[in-house]
Amino acid sequence: MAVPKRKKSRSNTRHRRSQWKTQAPTLVRCPQCRDEKLPHTACPTCGTYNRRQVVDVA
Amino acid sequence: MPTPTKGPRLGGSPSHQRIILANLATALFEHGRITTTEAKARRLRPLAEKLITKAKRGDLAARRQVLTVVRDKGVVHTLFTEIGPRFENRPGGYTRITKLGPRKGDNAPMALIELVEEAAPSAVTTQATAAPATEAPAPAAEEAEETPATEAPAEEAAADDTEADEKK
Repeated sequence: MAVPKRKKSRSNTRHRRSQWKTQAPTLVRCPQCRDEKLPHTACPTCGTYNRRQVVDVA
Repeated sequence: MPTPTKGPRLGGSPSHQRIILANLATALFEHGRITTTEAKARRLRPLAEKLITKAKRGDLAARRQVLTVVRDKGVVHTLFTEIGPRFENRPGGYTRITKLGPRKGDNAPMALIELVEEAAPSAVTTQATAAPATEAPAPAAEEAEETPATEAPAEEAAADDTEADEKK
């Protein structure tokens, strides 16, 4: 069975992991309540999509 | 010839997917609107719309074909007596999918799938949604055009006022 010949150095590991990055999601303003929401998605704050009430937000 | 569905089935096997979609279709016709994952909603839509088309035909053969998918006779009855006639003048496009964002827990993208024309006596939300749906598309479009137009001058006027006040 193929096995690694050398121990992976901390430096190599950390360089590889330095490329793990988070990205902020693109957000748009809700036309109804002006709150930020995901595009093409019902607004989680007021529950509207295209000014139509889609879900009830308590 | 219909294109076969690519990729893995929902639930792992073809039979499981058939059962999942049949249950979702039953729930959709029973309640009018259901919240599910986006993938399931997208797979459900063609199935549900074909069932509604059969319900519009309304004969016994169509009813038996629908009963092979929706096993609940009560739901099939409402489908043929209420939902089918409601879509008499609509040539397809009976359902609407609205994305609701990711779910807490597993981050699955959720969606709401609903019948486009809702029943008149139902929930409170139907009053808000049914009114624009029943009207002709033209007035709705005019409203949409008018609302930003009316808002924008008002905001500008307000801005002008504040600027004028500052100048004074």
